[in-house]
Amino acid sequence: MSGVDYVGSDGLGLVSAIRSGGVSARAVADAALARIATRGVAVNAFTTVLADQARADAARVDEALAAGRDPGPLAGMPFAAKDLFDIAGVTTLAGSKINAERPPAARDAAAVAALRRAGAVLMGALNMDEYAYGFTGENSHYGPIRNPHDPARVAGGSSGGSGAAVGAGLVPLTLGSDTNGSVRVPAALCGAFGLKPTYGRVSRAGSALFAGSFDHVGALGRSVRDVAAAFDVMHGPDPDDPVCSPRPAESCLPVLGQGIGGLRVAVLDGHFARGGEPEVFGAVAAVAAALGVTRRVTIPEAHRARAAAMVITASEGASIHLADLRTRPQDFDPLTRDRFLAGALVPGVFYQQAQRFRAWYRARVAEIFREVDVLLAPTTPCPAPRIGQERIVLDGVEVLTRPNLGVYTQPISFIGLPVLSVPIRTGALPLGVQIIGAPFRETHVLRVGALLESKGVVAAAVAA
Amino acid sequence: MRRMPTPEDLGAYVDEAAKLIDLPIAAEHRPGVIQFVGVIMGAAAAVMEFPLPDDVEGAPVFEP
Repeated sequence: MSGVDYVGSDGLGLVSAIRSGGVSARAVADAALARIATRGVAVNAFTTVLADQARADAARVDEALAAGRDPGPLAGMPFAAKDLFDIAGVTTLAGSKINAERPPAARDAAAVAALRRAGAVLMGALNMDEYAYGFTGENSHYGPIRNPHDPARVAGGSSGGSGAAVGAGLVPLTLGSDTNGSVRVPAALCGAFGLKPTYGRVSRAGSALFAGSFDHVGALGRSVRDVAAAFDVMHGPDPDDPVCSPRPAESCLPVLGQGIGGLRVAVLDGHFARGGEPEVFGAVAAVAAALGVTRRVTIPEAHRARAAAMVITASEGASIHLADLRTRPQDFDPLTRDRFLAGALVPGVFYQQAQRFRAWYRARVAEIFREVDVLLAPTTPCPAPRIGQERIVLDGVEVLTRPNLGVYTQPISFIGLPVLSVPIRTGALPLGVQIIGAPFRETHVLRVGALLESKGVVAAAVAA
Repeated sequence: MRRMPTPEDLGAYVDEAAKLIDLPIAAEHRPGVIQFVGVIMGAAAAVMEFPLPDDVEGAPVFEP
C-alpha cells in the first residue's frame, strides 16, 4: 500500500490519507485484511473475517469521495467488533458454542451501525471470554487470545480479541464491552487506549448482555483521538436500550487539545495503591508526575464495592443463561460454567444488599467529585500473566489470576464512571493507567489522555 | 462477624438450593460450583456486614 503506513498511522491518520486522495479506502481495507491474515492468526483475535463485505464497504467510501459526497468522519477506517455485537448476516457467538446454533443477526448492533454510518469499514468479529465472563481472554471453544507482545501470555479479557487486534496492528479501532473491566484490562495488557464511557452513554442495543447493571459499550484504539472519534459518533439517546441516557450528545474530539487547565486531578489511594506489583504503581506515578499531580484521595470501601460487583455480576449473569445451565451445562466453557452455576444460587438478600450498597457508594464518590475532577489509578495489578496461569503473586501474596486482574477496575465500573485506560510501557510488557472522570465527563478523561499522549508519556504499543 | 460457612455447609446449600430451583448439577461440576459459591459467599459477607441506613434504596435505572 502506498501513501500511508498502515500500522504506523492511527485510525484518523488513515482517514486523512483517504480523504486527501493519498490512498484509497480499498487499499487500506486490503492492508488490514493482509495484516489479519498474517498476524491475526498468531494472536487468534478474530472469530469471523468479513473480507468481501469490507472490500465492498471500502469501495463505497471511495465512490462517495470520487463523487464529491462526504462518506463520514471515519471514512475508510478499518474496525472490528467483539463477537457479542450483532453483525447483520453473522451469528453472534458471544464466545460460546451454544449461541453458534442461533440464526444470523438480522441487523447490526447500534454501536456497529453508528460506526459504519460514519464511514468506518467493518473487518469482522473478535474472540472473547465466553459470555464475557472473564478477565484473561481464554476461551476453550475458540482458543485463547494471545498477547501481541508475548504469545505465551494472555491478551486480557473479556474483550481480548479487541485488545489483541489493536496491539497486533490488525485494525486501528475495535469495539468492546466492559462490565467489570473488560475494555480496560485488555487495553492495558495489549498496549491500547481503552475508553469505557459513562454507564448508559452508548447504546447496548443489539449486543449480548452479561450483567445488565454494569454492561457498557466501549472502544479500543491506537490513539486518544481514535477512541474519541468513535465515542463521538456512537453516544447519545437510544430508545432501544432501556438504560441509555436521554442526555444529548456532546462531542469530545473538538476539545482534545484544550489541555487540562482547570481540571483538578488526584491519585487514588487506599485500595488502588496496594495489592499490585511495584511497576503498576510506578506507571501511575509516571503519569501523575507528567501532569504535576501530587494530591491523593481515598474512595471509601472500594474493596467492598468490588465484592458487591462480584455478587451482582454472578446473579445477573446466571439469570440470563439459566435455561441453558439447566439443560446443557456440558456445552458451557469449563472456564465459565461453574461460576455461572454458582451465580444461580445467590440468595436474593445478598443481591439486593449489594444494589443498595451501590447507591451508598455512588453517593460517597459523588462527594469526592465535588473536590476533584479526575482520578488516577492502575488498570491491572500486573502485566499480562501467562496463558493457563492459575495463580499470580501480587505484593508478595499468591492469589487466583482470573478474578484479580479486575481488582482496580471493578470498583469504578460498579458505579458507571467514565474511564480512559492509557497504555504505558515501563518494562518489557505494556501496562495501563485508568483516568477516571465524574459521570458524563468523558471530555475530562480524554483531555487528560490527549495531553499525556502529546507529551509522549503514554502511547499505543503496536507489535512490529 | 458472621461465622463463615464450612465446605460441608456450602455443599449442603448447593445441593438443596439447586434442587429447589430445578438446577441439576452433575457430580463432576459440583466441586467447582461449591468452590465458587464459597467465593460469592465470601464477597457477600463483606457486603452484608456493612451497616446501611434503612433509607438507602437500590438504584434501578429502568424507567418504564
